[in-house]
Amino acid sequence: MARWIEKYRSILDFTLSSLVRRKGKNLSLLVVYVLVVFMLGSAMFLTEAMKREASLVLKGAPEMVIQRLLQGRYDPIPMSYLEKIRGIRGVISAEPRLWGYIYDSAIGANYTLMVPRNVALPSGEIMIGNGISRRRMIYSKDMMSFNLSNGSSRVFTVRDVISPESELVSADLVLLSEGDFREIFELPSTHATDLVVKIRNPKELVTVAKKVMELLPDTRPIIRDEMVRTYDSVFDWRGGIVTVLLMMALLAFVILAWEKASGLSADEKREIGILKAIGWETSDVIAVKAYEGLLISFFSFTVGILLAYGHVFFFSAALFAPAMKGWSVLYPDFRITPFVDPYQVAVLFFLTVVPYTVATIVPSWRAAIVDPDSVMRS
Amino acid sequence: MIKLLNVRKGFNLGRPNEFVAVDGVTLSMEANRVTVLKGPSGSGKTTLLSLIGCMARPTSGRIILQRGLPREYLFPNGGDTTEVEVTSLPERFLTEIRRRTFGFIFQQFNLLKGITVLENVMLPAFPLGEKHGVVKKRALALLEMFGLSGRALAKVEWLSGGEAQRVAIARALMNNPPVIIADEPTAHLDSKLSSAFMEIIARLKDQGKTAIIASHDPLVFEAKMVDRVISVRDGMLEGDTA
Ligand SMILES: Nc1ncnc2c1ncn2[C@@H]1O[C@H](COP(=O)(O)OP(=O)(O)OP(=O)(O)O)[C@@H](O)[C@H]1O
Ligand SMILES: [Mg+2]
Repeated sequence: MARWIEKYRSILDFTLSSLVRRKGKNLSLLVVYVLVVFMLGSAMFLTEAMKREASLVLKGAPEMVIQRLLQGRYDPIPMSYLEKIRGIRGVISAEPRLWGYIYDSAIGANYTLMVPRNVALPSGEIMIGNGISRRRMIYSKDMMSFNLSNGSSRVFTVRDVISPESELVSADLVLLSEGDFREIFELPSTHATDLVVKIRNPKELVTVAKKVMELLPDTRPIIRDEMVRTYDSVFDWRGGIVTVLLMMALLAFVILAWEKASGLSADEKREIGILKAIGWETSDVIAVKAYEGLLISFFSFTVGILLAYGHVFFFSAALFAPAMKGWSVLYPDFRITPFVDPYQVAVLFFLTVVPYTVATIVPSWRAAIVDPDSVMRS
Repeated sequence: MIKLLNVRKGFNLGRPNEFVAVDGVTLSMEANRVTVLKGPSGSGKTTLLSLIGCMARPTSGRIILQRGLPREYLFPNGGDTTEVEVTSLPERFLTEIRRRTFGFIFQQFNLLKGITVLENVMLPAFPLGEKHGVVKKRALALLEMFGLSGRALAKVEWLSGGEAQRVAIARALMNNPPVIIADEPTAHLDSKLSSAFMEIIARLKDQGKTAIIASHDPLVFEAKMVDRVISVRDGMLEGDTA
């Protein structure tokens, strides 16, 4: 037992000095490897975090939202529709919602203005999301003005900054009173932005939606499950843009691994011959190559994953930002809540470390079965 | 102690470039002797050495290691045969025998570049699983013996030809093998270094070792410590001083 340990310790020692020996080659390998893990890891962390953010958004979303369409475009919905909807069997309640976007030319971003359902804010007071607070450097008790579409502007007092459960949802949010909302958007009290409907039994969602369309042909009911599905297909790393990205990175990696597999240099072959000639067994030579593969793999994987973590959660996936979420200037300094799925890290580990290690062992095995007498001729 | 019976070695058999490098050699070598295989280039000396050293298997014929080799070298874990027929052993045992019985000194030295002299000398001991400290001590003692103590931590590519060869000898002696096999050991050495090499061989012989050397260098086969010169031509034995 002690012999066995001593033997593999010695072989490990030799592997380490061998790795240092081929510095240039191993360094370039390391860089590519780290890069691949970094790309894959970043994509993985980002999509997973976005999915989580999205599910937080949707958790609070109503089961059914009803919008009105006019000539195929969105239009405010009459409050009179409420009664008709409440009359449908299976509907528990129907409430109006008031929300809309306003553009702030000062920072070039859109805010979401919304009238909260549970708190009634006094006229002239607002609550703002922390994205806005950070960008405009406006805090509690400060004043904030909005330019209205008619050219005038209105000043509000900030009552509070909203503490985030999910930054993605609240960063650009402005809460205000119904009166102020209607004034800003010039929305008469007979209309609302859309309606939210609560339904007794989720199984009846589709039936209720059909009834609504029959009753009010100019409306479009949106069911939460549909939104969930849309989000999922966008953010799911097994099906979406990310998959394509992933496939490309993996392909690059496989090419790298096979390049290495086929490229056992004459020097390396000769060395294997020498080792065999001086009494190393095939298994000892393979042990060296396996250590080599594992050392490079583990090191690159760890560094790549740590870099990806930092990139996504400390630098807000700066490299991917243009592709992933270019919606608002509020988001560049938006930090994604760290969230790591160990299952996915494990999958990434097996997709990189295992094939790479195999690709290092296989060619050395081929070389190790050649007769050691080959080294007696130059 | 080593017997070859009608040994043949062919390359590329059954193909147009078929070539028989060793053709029906029968030979018996004693322990604690210095034997030189001499012959022109292409006569089959290297091939013969690699057969004797268990580096390659003959196409036909038998190679037998006999008692006379210290038993622990042949059977480190015990065993009761007095002879072992190398030709029929599986690869694993061949490696084991090669490791414990033979120390090889190659024509091009075959040191591993980029690692130190010390590591090179220690390499043959690694698969045995001895304590690292013990192996290192033994390697340092060998380097000392060849006047290389000061070069232990040098990279092998910095060595002169003579130094490189002494490192190769030290490596060959690392596992304390009873038989030293050297292929054209003086090919890259001037006459002074060649004589020095033969002195080392004489010393090893005094210590009880057996040496088998392939060479067409008169400095080697005419040296006084050589017991026997075997001439090889076209893969066959032509003459023998024994
Ligand atoms: N692997 C091989 N495949 C084909 N032919 C081989 C092989 N190895 C050796 N030979 C041939 O066998 C013959 C004997 O070769 P060997 O190397 O044993 O000669 P040698 O006496 O050592 O020559 P030298 O003095 O030049 O080293 C040569 O003609 C060589 O071309
Ligand atoms: Mg030769």
